Amino acid sequence: MSMVRQATGIGRNVQLLVMFGLGIWVCNSGLLGQIGDNWDDIVYLSKQHMILVTVSGGAAILVGIPVGIWLSRPAMGRYAETVMQVFNIGGTIPTLAVIALSMTVLGIGFAPAFFGLFVASLLPIVRNTYTGLLAVPQHLKEAATGMGMTPRQILFQVELPNALYVIFSGVRTALAINVGTAPLAFLIGGGGLGELIFTGIDLMDTGMLLAGAIPTAALAVMVDFTMGQAQLRLVPKGVNPLR
Amino acid sequence: MIELENLTKTFTLSTTTIVAADKVNMTVPSGEICVLLGPSGCGKTTALKMINRLIPPTSGRILINGEDTARLNDIELRRQIGYVIQQIGLFPNMTIEENICVVPKMLGWDIKRARARATELIDLVGLDPRQFLHRYPKELSGGQQQRIGVIRALAADPPVMLMDEPFGAIDPINREIIQDEFLKMQSELKKTIMFVSHDIDEAVKMGDKVAIFRAGKIEQFDAPDHILAHPANAFVADFVGADRTLKRLRLVTAEEVTDAHCPVVSRLASPQEARNAARNGTGRIVVLIDADHRPVGYVTNEELEGADGSVADFAHTLPATVPVRADLRAVVSEMFANDIMWLACTDDQGRFAGIVTQPAVTAALGETYKRSERN
Repeated sequence: MSMVRQATGIGRNVQLLVMFGLGIWVCNSGLLGQIGDNWDDIVYLSKQHMILVTVSGGAAILVGIPVGIWLSRPAMGRYAETVMQVFNIGGTIPTLAVIALSMTVLGIGFAPAFFGLFVASLLPIVRNTYTGLLAVPQHLKEAATGMGMTPRQILFQVELPNALYVIFSGVRTALAINVGTAPLAFLIGGGGLGELIFTGIDLMDTGMLLAGAIPTAALAVMVDFTMGQAQLRLVPKGVNPLR
Repeated sequence: MIELENLTKTFTLSTTTIVAADKVNMTVPSGEICVLLGPSGCGKTTALKMINRLIPPTSGRILINGEDTARLNDIELRRQIGYVIQQIGLFPNMTIEENICVVPKMLGWDIKRARARATELIDLVGLDPRQFLHRYPKELSGGQQQRIGVIRALAADPPVMLMDEPFGAIDPINREIIQDEFLKMQSELKKTIMFVSHDIDEAVKMGDKVAIFRAGKIEQFDAPDHILAHPANAFVADFVGADRTLKRLRLVTAEEVTDAHCPVVSRLASPQEARNAARNGTGRIVVLIDADHRPVGYVTNEELEGADGSVADFAHTLPATVPVRADLRAVVSEMFANDIMWLACTDDQGRFAGIVTQPAVTAALGETYKRSERN
C-alpha cells in the first residue's frame, strides 16, 4: 500500500518536472511569443469558430431530436429502419467529402461550412434519440397508457425522460465531432481556427500552427466537459447512471 | 360492479382467425375480488385488458357500475380505473411521490391535495412517508416497489381496479406478506377488482370469485371453495390439482370447526371436579387452564377414574396450540407435525377457545358433498 503511494508520489513529481521543463523549453524557444503575435487572429477566428460550431451543432440538435422522435413513433415502424440505414450510410461519408460536396452545391463561405458540419453531427443525434426512445421498456409505456396518459403525455413524461441519458450521449458525440471537424471549414472559406492551422502548415510556421491548434483543442475539451456536466446535472437522478 | 356481456376478441393472422376471448359473460359485484385464472394463452389477460381498452374488444359490452363504458373515450375510461401490472411499471425518472401523483394530477387535483393523498397512501402500506416519498424507484426493493405500484393505482380512489399478475414477480415470502396486506387494505377500501393470476393458491387466497379460463372461454365461475370441491369438468379438476381438497383447508379458519364446549377445569382442580366437568362434555379429555384462562395441559377421562390429589399431578402438557384465526392448513400441519388427533385453540389474548379435532376437520371438508348428495 505504502509502496503504491510512494510510487504515485514519485510519478507526480516526475510529471511536475516534465511540465516545468516543457514550460522552460517553450519560453526559451520563443514559441509563446510567436503564438502571441497571432493574438488578434486567435480572438477573431475563435469567435468565428465558435459561432460555426454553435449554429451548426444547435441546428443539428433542433432537427435531429424531432427526427429521432418521429422515427420512433409506432406509425413509422415500417419505415424507420430504412431511414436509419440511409442515415448510417450517410455517416460513413468522411466529413471532408461532405464539406467538399456541399461546396460544389452551395459555393464557398459560411453556408456550405454550416451545412457540412450540420450533416456530420446530425447522425449521432438522430440515432441516439431513436434507439434511446425504442429502448424505453414496453411495460412503462403500458403502465402509462393504462393509467390514462395521452400519447403526448407519455412522450414527454415517460419516454423522453427515460431516453434522455442516451440522447445526451448522442448530442455529446455530435458536438465532439463538430468541434473537431470545424477547422476543415477554412478549406471552403468558412473561416474559423482552421485558417491558422492550415496557413501555419503551408508556411511551416509552427507558432501559427499552434496558435490555431491549441485553441481548437481547448475548445473541444471545454465543449465535452460542459456537455458531461450538463448530462450529469440535467438528466433526472432516477435514470442517470452517473448519479 | 363490473359486468361483461358477450365480450369477444378475435385476431386475424393472415388466413386464420384466433379467438382470444369467446363471448365472456361475468358479473363482479361491488367490493369483491374476481380472479381470472388459467394457463398462459387462455385469454384471461385479454379479457382484463379489454376492460381498460388496452386491447380493443371485437364485440360485446362492458358495464362499470351499470354504465356502458363504450360512451367514454379511452383516456377518460382509463383514468377511472386503477391498473397494476406484473412489471410494476413505476416511472424511473420520477420520485415515488411524483409516481403516485400522476393520475391525480391528470385529473386536475390541486397539488397539495395530491401530495397529501400520496402521504396517506404510503402510510397505508406501512412505509415511512418522510423516508420514501422523495426516493426514486430504483432505490426501493422489489416488494416495496410493488406496494407503491398498488397505491399508485389507488391514488385517485377509482372504484374499479385491474390487476395483471401483480404479485407474480415477487419472491414467495414477500408475496404472502403483500397479499395479506392487500387483503387487509381491501377489507377497508372495498374496491371492485379484476385480478389475473396463473397460480391456483393465489386465486383461492385472494378471490371472492374465481373464473377459470380455457381457450378464451370461461370453464367455471364460482366461489373458490366451490370450484375446489366441485370442479365443473375434467379440465378444471386437472387445473386445480389432485390435492384440491387440501387447498380448501386454507379457506376455513379453525374457529369454524372449533368445539367450544370441550370441558375445562383449573389446573389446581381436584380429579373429582374434573370428572364432573367431563360428564358435561362429549370427548375423552379435559383441558386444564391457568388463572389467565390459558390452556396449559390436559387429562384423559380414563386417567381421572379413581384418581385423587390434584389433576396437575398426572396432567400432560399440550404439544402445540393454534390461534382460532389460523386456517385449517396450519391446524392440520401442526397435528401432523406432532402426531396428534386434536389441538387446543386460543383467541387473540391467548385464552382457551376450544379444541379442533381431525374428525371435525374432515367433517367440515366433507359437508359440501353430503349436502349435494341430499339435493
